[in-house]
Amino acid sequence: MTQSKKKTTIILFSGDYDKAMAAYIIANGAAAYDHDVTIFHTFWGLNALRKEAPVPVQKGFLEKMFAKMMPRGADRMGLSRMNFAGIGPKLIKKVIKKHNAMPLPQLIEMAKEQGVKLVACQMTVDLLGLKPEELIDGVEFAGVAAYLADASEGNVNLFI
Amino acid sequence: MNATKVLDAKGLACPMPVVRAKKAMDELQSGQVLEVHTTDKGAKNDLPAWAKASGHTMLDIKEDNGVLMFWIQKG
Repeated sequence: MTQSKKKTTIILFSGDYDKAMAAYIIANGAAAYDHDVTIFHTFWGLNALRKEAPVPVQKGFLEKMFAKMMPRGADRMGLSRMNFAGIGPKLIKKVIKKHNAMPLPQLIEMAKEQGVKLVACQMTVDLLGLKPEELIDGVEFAGVAAYLADASEGNVNLFI
Repeated sequence: MNATKVLDAKGLACPMPVVRAKKAMDELQSGQVLEVHTTDKGAKNDLPAWAKASGHTMLDIKEDNGVLMFWIQKG
């Protein structure tokens, strides 16, 4: 399509499974609306982009602590409410299956298929001690200026 | 109504009906009609809104035994 497309940008700050799910459902919907969609992951939202398997990388003590204490990948994230020390996510995944909704890892996969641009905030990647190779493939690294460039042309801008 | 293509989205939840409809529509030519079947109640508002925003025409909507049927003409 030659006419300029509408744009949707989402900042995913939260590392909660339910909030990330909402973000990715909106992203997939916007892609179906033929928008250019960007999800800018920062702070705890970066955990949604982590590979599930540990990646051998050189880290300092603090970085190792962070890596251990944060969920490795979308499927391991907790709920913002009723997490019940990890039982909540199990229950919600059961309900997701029952209602034939899509679990978060598949929503992320579909977003990639639909051409949603996944961006990791470089500064918080560094703060949390994450290495690029620990994140799933196809992620871009950028900062606030790149986000603002997208958002200032955005028709829908969300912070989740 | 004569549809060029029928999309069975029954049993799928949000956002899948719209995502699948977009994919199916991409394969059609302007003027051709896509028929969508879904059981997601939200689609009753979702698909017309999506069709309008994407420049397509919602020709007809029917409901039969819990299945929603949409006929959308590509714009």
